[in-house]
Amino acid sequence: MSETKFQTHTKLQMTRYFLNQDCRENKKKPQDNCNESASKKLETHKRSKKKPSIKKSQSELEALVTVVKYKRKPWRGRNHEDDRLAAAKVQPPWTRKSKRVPVQDEKLARHSRGEGLSGDGIKTKFYQKKLKKHEADIQFSIEQAARAELLLPEESGFLVADEDELTTQFSQQQIASSVDIASATKHFDLHLAEFGPYRMNYSRNGRFLLIGGRRGHVAAIDWVTKRLLCEVNVMEAVYDVQWLHVETMFAVAQKQWLYIYDNQGIELHCIKRLSKVLRMEFLPYHFLLATASEEGFLSWLDISIGQMVSQFNTRMGRLNLMTHNPYNAVVCLGHSKGIVTMWSPNVKEPLSKMLCHQHPLQSLTVDSQGRYMATAAVDRTLKVWDVRKLEGPLQQYKLHAVASNLAFSQRGLLAVGMGNVVEVYRDCCQKSADRPYLRHRLFKRIGNMEYCPYEDVLGVATDNGFTSLIIPGSGEPNFDALECNPFQSKSQRREAEVKSLLEKIQPEFITLDPTVITDVHIPTLKDKVEAKKKLLFLKPPKIDFQPRNKSGKKKGTVKVAQTKRIVREGQRREFVKTLKETGIDKISSSQEVESCIASVKHKTFNALDRFKPKEKKQEKG
Amino acid sequence: MKVKVLSRNPDYYLRETKRDIHKVPRNYDPSLHPFEGLREYTRALNAVKLERVFAKPFVGNLDGHQDGVSCLGKNPQHLSLLVSGSYDGEVRLWDLPQQKCVRNFRAHDGYVRGITFLPDGQQFVTVGDDKTIKIWKTDLPDWGEEEEPTNTYISKSVIVGVSHHQKEPMFATCGEVCQVWEEDRNEPIRTFQWGVDSLHDVSFNPIETHLLATCASDRSIILYDTRDTGPVRKVIMRLRCNRLCWNPMEAFIFTCANEDYNLYTFDTRKLKQPLKVHMDHVSAVTTVDYSPTGQEFVSGGYDKSVRIFEHGKNHSRDVYHTKRMQRLTCVLWSMDDKYILCGSDEMNIRMWKARSAEKLGVLRPRERSALNYSEALKEKFVSHPQIRRIARHRQIPKHIYHAQKELRTIKLKQKRKEANRRAHSKPGTVPFVSEKKQHVVEEQE
Repeated sequence: MSETKFQTHTKLQMTRYFLNQDCRENKKKPQDNCNESASKKLETHKRSKKKPSIKKSQSELEALVTVVKYKRKPWRGRNHEDDRLAAAKVQPPWTRKSKRVPVQDEKLARHSRGEGLSGDGIKTKFYQKKLKKHEADIQFSIEQAARAELLLPEESGFLVADEDELTTQFSQQQIASSVDIASATKHFDLHLAEFGPYRMNYSRNGRFLLIGGRRGHVAAIDWVTKRLLCEVNVMEAVYDVQWLHVETMFAVAQKQWLYIYDNQGIELHCIKRLSKVLRMEFLPYHFLLATASEEGFLSWLDISIGQMVSQFNTRMGRLNLMTHNPYNAVVCLGHSKGIVTMWSPNVKEPLSKMLCHQHPLQSLTVDSQGRYMATAAVDRTLKVWDVRKLEGPLQQYKLHAVASNLAFSQRGLLAVGMGNVVEVYRDCCQKSADRPYLRHRLFKRIGNMEYCPYEDVLGVATDNGFTSLIIPGSGEPNFDALECNPFQSKSQRREAEVKSLLEKIQPEFITLDPTVITDVHIPTLKDKVEAKKKLLFLKPPKIDFQPRNKSGKKKGTVKVAQTKRIVREGQRREFVKTLKETGIDKISSSQEVESCIASVKHKTFNALDRFKPKEKKQEKG
Repeated sequence: MKVKVLSRNPDYYLRETKRDIHKVPRNYDPSLHPFEGLREYTRALNAVKLERVFAKPFVGNLDGHQDGVSCLGKNPQHLSLLVSGSYDGEVRLWDLPQQKCVRNFRAHDGYVRGITFLPDGQQFVTVGDDKTIKIWKTDLPDWGEEEEPTNTYISKSVIVGVSHHQKEPMFATCGEVCQVWEEDRNEPIRTFQWGVDSLHDVSFNPIETHLLATCASDRSIILYDTRDTGPVRKVIMRLRCNRLCWNPMEAFIFTCANEDYNLYTFDTRKLKQPLKVHMDHVSAVTTVDYSPTGQEFVSGGYDKSVRIFEHGKNHSRDVYHTKRMQRLTCVLWSMDDKYILCGSDEMNIRMWKARSAEKLGVLRPRERSALNYSEALKEKFVSHPQIRRIARHRQIPKHIYHAQKELRTIKLKQKRKEANRRAHSKPGTVPFVSEKKQHVVEEQE
């Protein structure tokens, strides 16, 4: 099949060549017109007629190469900010009408961080210009990022059926036989009949595979080269296995406690505070190992400092369904009442509770960009939800069997495990897919499955081993080496580990919306200053405090005065505190302030008040 | 059927030999870079913490004077040379890179009151309490030659300050009157007086070169035009100004150090009120000097600390102090914008970095880009409370801490009192007066 690959490559190069050609032609066109017009239609093209020939060649040159002219500005001896603004006024080279090839809109949209600010509410011209400059910078960076896509070396995989064929009909053997040898080795089986139902996990860069059998067998493998890193039998039931931030450490949830081993199978830690763990999830940017236990406890262990960040009882019973949202690091749990709950370590209540099905949940998964969540229940339904909106199902499918396992790939392919059958669906979130993209039947029941990051591979752990399936078009073709690098060397790994530890995100930031930190805090400075002022000029209530005369001495001693002062100070502090808590902004309107002060103050006394009827005691109370 | 599966050729992704650098393919797709904001925030937090870790501003100490340092002179041509004068009339020349005194001689009887360099940097002028003005060569005298001034002028009145014209061979002195001298004449060519008994600082404008400003002991600042008209304008303040410094970049801006713990930046075109009131010192401010960029200035005062202010900001960016440093008499910002020098009562001259966390020496390109990146991050997240708290945190001596606390209490009390008075008076009788307007009494022309 190397031939087909070759063909595709040549085609690709051809297209790129043509693309460049087109671009050049596009650029050239106006000048060609100019030349023609200069010779033939002098009347119609007056502009070109006026141009001298030297200018023409200049313009040609400019069309081919973007000539960036930096004109040295006269020095004005002004503020630095002013100079920057003046630079904005002169227009930086990228805001000028560029003669470069325009970037496709969809590419720009991919790199865009949302709409910019228009600068409507800004009063001064100074800040308006400043904002404009800032927006231009952002736009420039987006454009540059979109342009850099041209340099990406790989194209994603695909499987296209001919007219009278369906993609579903191709078996793994057929696919493996028609791809190149290196890719064909990615389809393999591990027959491990003895140590019973397996679970598996891929490392973050997709290079390493960890499998754990219920009856104690744990093995770490470099699955690309098929090199065994370690293989041990922990002589205890194994419920789940999980790689940590690097491939030198992994966690195993055993019968009683959670253990951490290194890549030679040596036990590093036994964490007794995590007992009877059923499922684990690792949050790589927070260095947190989230675990769900048989007794309903949810805990987050910071593996960089070895501290328990949070541990509490969810009061949801046995937790055997767990995943995390890679977009915001929120842990999602599925329950037997058909609900999905989302948890952060900072709140002991779920952040959200979604009733997804009328029946017990069987499996759930969230896609890598945190857009879609797929859930499946025992009534054979499969629903796809928009997790950002936490709203009703986008899609609803009725399957022919109960989906016991679900997995999203990096490019949004959904794998559904039903008993011993794996079906892969494409484009099933926005549109409803009517037939699976690929199907594969295994010999035994599926334990769990996962797509390998940056590869076109789906790993399936079964009751009697592990199977690696080739799913063309599932993996992200171009990795970012500063994020995850499958070809990492030892020194690179060490450096990346240090870097990632330095920018470890604190667990307090785990919320449903991770972009909150870059948003503007709404209460304006003015409000805050006003509130502070009000607090300053509010008078605390006077209290009539007479300390008990314990010693029987005179009343006017220093000690008595001190006690009085201390009590009054305390009272004042209390008053300010209560005001702060009730929210000074709430009593912003002057009436409310007055009423507040009035309630605090003693009532004013008038000499004629004695003739008023006495107040009733009830009113006083 | 057409099929293609991802298959990466390791040759493309691995370096060929061990001498090559590692290949780092990038993909800027935002979906591969989650938690963008949070990670940037964490980086900004680290950057601001590292800045505090590396903030070690003290460079060195120049000791040798037998009495308190009274004035410093900045050479406009040579970075490495510094001239200082002391209370016992001694003048010392220092080699700054080696932190050594290269030459010392007794210039005056009594105080050396002022030092200023000629524009070519080859000679400098000193004035002293003995009513003499002396011009000295910067270079060492030849073998056998005695340490002698090239020129000496004797004034009839007391002289306490001197400033040289930026281009022409002309300098101004102040004392009882303001006098303008030419280098080749023994008598002052002009004398200005505007109804005051004494002037204690004088300064030529470096851009509008004929403009001259003096600080007078009747709490006023007087501007003169040396060409023809003489005294031009005068602004009277609540307390007297000790020192005045022109902005070397903006001709019409100057900053003065005041007795009332504040510094004031004025615009010469509008002296009715200062542009900015710079508050942070807790005692009288005695001296001020601008950086050559005109973006920042440094001040020192009786609170034994040096403060650095940004142009157009009300509060200081940084504060420098040591246990042994006493009241400051003079500060100076070096011409390469990297160092600050301060002379104090206890006979020492101290050298500080202008930006406390800056690395001295050559930066490699990667280092520089990393620093630029962290600067940008700090700017982006500057208003986050955690980051602002760390960036603003300074250890200050106890006496300053207590004085600040006291001042704060006094200010609060005044504010409250004013508010109370306003609340209990007829509306409009107690007007709001802005902080800027409170310190200027009047402007005269």
